[in-house]
Amino acid sequence: MRELNRERDYSQMTSMSFKGMDIISVSDLTKDQIEEILNLANKMIPYAKGEKTTKALEGKILANLFFEPSTRTRLSFESAMIRLGGSNIGITDQQNSSVAKGETLADTIRTVECYADAIVLRHPKEGAARLAAKFSEKPVINCGDGPGQHPTQTLVDLFTMRREQGSMKDKNVVLVGDLKYGRTVHSLVEALALFGANLTFVAPDILQIPQESVKILEKAGVSTNLESNLENAIADADVLYVTRIQKERFPDQSEYEKVAGSYKVDNTVLREAKKSLTIMHPLPRVDEIAPEVDYTENAKYFKQTFNAVPIRMAILSLIIGGQV
Amino acid sequence: MRDFRVTPIRNGTVIDHIECGQALKVLHIMGVGEVRSTISVLMHVPSKDGGWKDVVKVEDRELDPREVDKISLLAPNATINIIRDFNVAEKYKVKMPEVVKGIVKCDNPNCITNVQREPVDTEFIVESKSPVVLRCLYCDRIQGDFTERLI
Ligand SMILES: Nc1ncnc2c1ncn2[C@@H]1O[C@H](COP(=O)(O)OP(=O)(O)OP(=O)(O)O)[C@@H](O)[C@H]1O
Ligand SMILES: [Mg+2]
Ligand SMILES: [Zn+2]
Repeated sequence: MRELNRERDYSQMTSMSFKGMDIISVSDLTKDQIEEILNLANKMIPYAKGEKTTKALEGKILANLFFEPSTRTRLSFESAMIRLGGSNIGITDQQNSSVAKGETLADTIRTVECYADAIVLRHPKEGAARLAAKFSEKPVINCGDGPGQHPTQTLVDLFTMRREQGSMKDKNVVLVGDLKYGRTVHSLVEALALFGANLTFVAPDILQIPQESVKILEKAGVSTNLESNLENAIADADVLYVTRIQKERFPDQSEYEKVAGSYKVDNTVLREAKKSLTIMHPLPRVDEIAPEVDYTENAKYFKQTFNAVPIRMAILSLIIGGQV
Repeated sequence: MRDFRVTPIRNGTVIDHIECGQALKVLHIMGVGEVRSTISVLMHVPSKDGGWKDVVKVEDRELDPREVDKISLLAPNATINIIRDFNVAEKYKVKMPEVVKGIVKCDNPNCITNVQREPVDTEFIVESKSPVVLRCLYCDRIQGDFTERLI
């Protein structure tokens, strides 16, 4: 995690400045820019649901390049583009593209930009999106580069929290699971810090948020709290953000099962929770949230999945440039 | 008369005020193996500020900007003296660039800049100059000891 610094003068920046802009990392966005995306996403909701229609991006083409598997991210981008009146092209299988013949990413990008107005990229190598942005005149949206950034997911998460909880100022956000390696967590935490939320990190020692990140947050005036026990954190939580604990991180299976079991969210754990608690998960989940929780008022992870569409519509219309 | 510890050189470059212990790394940067002239190295000699320094003197050779950038990372206080006809004809302090481009390899094996054939130079933001802290512009990774990864 980097130093949180938003002190540059952004007063000159308006939505005009989004046109053609690459979205590579949340830390490239100012608080005002994030607000603008969230506000526009709100207006996109009826269009995302198909209740209203628009031709804002009619005749525009989005290239979806997925060099790693994805369900939600790819489909929500395609859906967002279509809801805006635009069209999609893409690569979903390296084996069926010239990448299999050894074409570089730089060449692939220089080819694809000839066919599209914006590029969405997921790639296994860290920094791939920055490289793509360097070679492309057309805007590039990073949808995950290895364990690196996935900024639009962060915006979806913020949007969901805002829809469920209103302002995030002084709200208690409890993050649970793999806080060390999980890519969504680091950029989400960085963004939440901008909006004044209090953060509690619940994880076993070996997966706890890195000490440097805590230092950076505290320096930025964010209240942070480290916990190893989920029960201790649940009562004050406004948002419970659950992430998957990966088997691969553990030396042996039995250790994994023990740890995973103790961070499982089920109705028993939720007895102490606020009625207004929002439970989120970036999905896919394995069994960190029991299916019984799906039927509670608190479960918002499928809404979170829907929210991906208005957020991505907002981003696409801002960077490609179309009025809804 | 100056107190020369080595024979004066007619033409060449003196890299002075090198942080103690860095002289051999500086030599390495200049690709000693390929140089066809005399190089002399002074290690741990007193410096006029009361401390100690290393000095490297190369005959019949000037440094290119890439070499100077690399030296600035290893020895941020070094001065480069260009010697012509036994005299110091030019003198300047090395200056660490704000963005270090194309002279260090990223230490993250999963970084896109380490993929062979991608036509791109590495780039690092200098987060701090003392100690030198570099962050990869591509993968965001703060670099470990980069002195072994100069390219
Ligand atoms: N002809 C030469 N052959 C070899 N070394 C030389 C020659 N002329 C100068 N030097 C060396 O180059 C360096 C710079 O010389 P200069 O006369 O500018 O010394 P200085 O005034 O002490 O400089 P500084 O303030 O940079 O330390 C010294 O290390 C000096 O020994
Ligand atoms: Mg001197
Ligand atoms: Zn890198």
